Amino acid sequence: MHYLADGLRLPTNGLDYTILAIYFVVVLGIGFAARRSVKTSLDFFLSGRSMPAWITGLAFVAANLGATELLGMAATGAQYGVAVVHWYWIGAIPAMVFLALVMMPFYYGSKVRSVPEFLLQRFDKSAHLLSSILFAVASILIAGVNLYALGIVVEALLGWPQWVSIVVAGLLVLAYITIGGLSSAIYNEVLQFFVILAALIPITILGLKKVGGWDGLTSSLQQSHGDNFLSAWGGTGIGEANALGANWLTIVLGLGFVLSFGYWTTNFAEVQRALSAKNLSAAQRTPLIAAFPKIFVVFLVMIPGLVAAVLVPKIGTAGSDLTYNDAIPYLMQELLPNGVLGIAVTGLLAAFMAGMAANVSSFNTVFTTDIWAKYVVKDRDDAYYVKFGRLITAIGVLASIGTAFLASSFSNIMGYLQTLFSFFNVPMFVVFIIGMFWKRASMKSGFWGLIAGTVAAMVNYFVIYKQGIVDIPTDQGANFVSAIAGFVAGAVVMVAVTLFTKPKPEAELAGLVYGTRSPGMEELPEKGDDAWYRKPALLGWGAIVLAALCYIPYSF
Amino acid sequence: MSDLQREVSELESKSATAARLFDLRRIIGYLFLVYGAIVTIAGINPSEADLAKAEGVHINLWTGIGMLVLGLFFLAWVKLRPTAPPTPDEE
Repeated sequence: MHYLADGLRLPTNGLDYTILAIYFVVVLGIGFAARRSVKTSLDFFLSGRSMPAWITGLAFVAANLGATELLGMAATGAQYGVAVVHWYWIGAIPAMVFLALVMMPFYYGSKVRSVPEFLLQRFDKSAHLLSSILFAVASILIAGVNLYALGIVVEALLGWPQWVSIVVAGLLVLAYITIGGLSSAIYNEVLQFFVILAALIPITILGLKKVGGWDGLTSSLQQSHGDNFLSAWGGTGIGEANALGANWLTIVLGLGFVLSFGYWTTNFAEVQRALSAKNLSAAQRTPLIAAFPKIFVVFLVMIPGLVAAVLVPKIGTAGSDLTYNDAIPYLMQELLPNGVLGIAVTGLLAAFMAGMAANVSSFNTVFTTDIWAKYVVKDRDDAYYVKFGRLITAIGVLASIGTAFLASSFSNIMGYLQTLFSFFNVPMFVVFIIGMFWKRASMKSGFWGLIAGTVAAMVNYFVIYKQGIVDIPTDQGANFVSAIAGFVAGAVVMVAVTLFTKPKPEAELAGLVYGTRSPGMEELPEKGDDAWYRKPALLGWGAIVLAALCYIPYSF
Repeated sequence: MSDLQREVSELESKSATAARLFDLRRIIGYLFLVYGAIVTIAGINPSEADLAKAEGVHINLWTGIGMLVLGLFFLAWVKLRPTAPPTPDEE
């Protein structure tokens, strides 16, 4: 795969490497310092359910801000223009608020330790085992994608051979998660969040200055790419042609509803951060505290993408060495002097590690508590599972190195990730939403809903779209449609299976279904949690209103 | 109460995380003070070439100062709101 152009070698010097080295030392130091906090398996896999909300909230957003996301979203900005905001404002915020306000009381209140464990409580073992295995495989794949992309980026930017950076980053992540467990992963993610911001802000500011500010940027792009490039909704009427290959309906339903709700509400790599919070109020605030940075991070990736589209008009086409994914590295090379350059390189590596660590730390939890402890080696003492969790972390990292090369056949890494999500996450969401709101949904319906949704999304993507049976202009557009197909198929099959199979006894549904409560959930709110700025409903609706307001300048 | 809830509650009562985990705010504070100092010093007297590359902006200086401020913010936060003393182990 041609991921980064050669010619992008950065003029790094000792100063930059000092900054990077300090970072590596601190990351490992956090791992060792967190070691003392690991006494039980709950400490190792879920930080003992004791984290404050600001930490879990920033970890929640950092777990999503992996480098594949940053480079991929800047690429989307360079390719499709302002439409990239959809992935943030409609494609993230509503789902994050829904997770916090509607789903978190069931997740956190039922005391499940993972997303698949919720399925075990609500449905049956077949749904549980299937989702655990799918999740375990998917997280190793995604961690592999991260490592592979890191190898290529570091080779292009710093000239290290690919295997060196893959091994260094892989071992670093392996070390700090094995030693310190989820606490170490979460602490490092919060640190990474700030380093990533410190890297992106100078790039964005200098990039804007280079092209004559926002006005200069928009007038150049208007001339070269047309008005729709600078509008979120321009050209998205049904039947109109646009670069994204999607109309407003598939954007709202496919991206905004199915894909985004599937990712944000059932992807355990995200939900795990909220489950590690210290009480229900903190768990609910986790995605909400993440939502506010998420609303504004889009500017830090979209603007570099747009600037690259101005500076290299042929970017991503045969006429240029640079691919869309090169947008941020290209600006780093062009604009940053040594010093800030070191921060930016550190931020980029931090982002790769954040993305990978989120997947590894959720993989080891699901593999240990959901697969190993429930089906393979049951009823051993708690210390055994901590030891096993450390072992499987190491195995998982090694396996993800092996799968790194699967990413090579897709030109845009985001497309690859979203294809995976549309296969695995979409049916998860439909099963959750029906399971949480419909008491009658039977034990067996969960499993068949998952199967039907996954198969339908795959058939739509690989047969109907790839074989050209229905004409969809782009991979992105096809992803949105596949997601909708998977959702509908999963829902129909769940209802059909429910009608012929027996429901779960009502007594076992306490705290899992809308309208019921977990016994023992009447915990008193902690002192200070009733302050107005800690009210989940206010934070949630505030985020939605803010995201909607952000659309206004780009909609007319 | 289900088996799961009993198991997790029991683990929670034995958990060590809340009591033994160090304060992250201090780490962020010191790291950004160090980074801020390095980058600010690099930016105090920029070479012509560096300045031209960064569109005439003293980017190292500004970024360094920004990072110093963030570091100080976290350290001030620790000072003003120290972590509550850990509750004694109930064993």
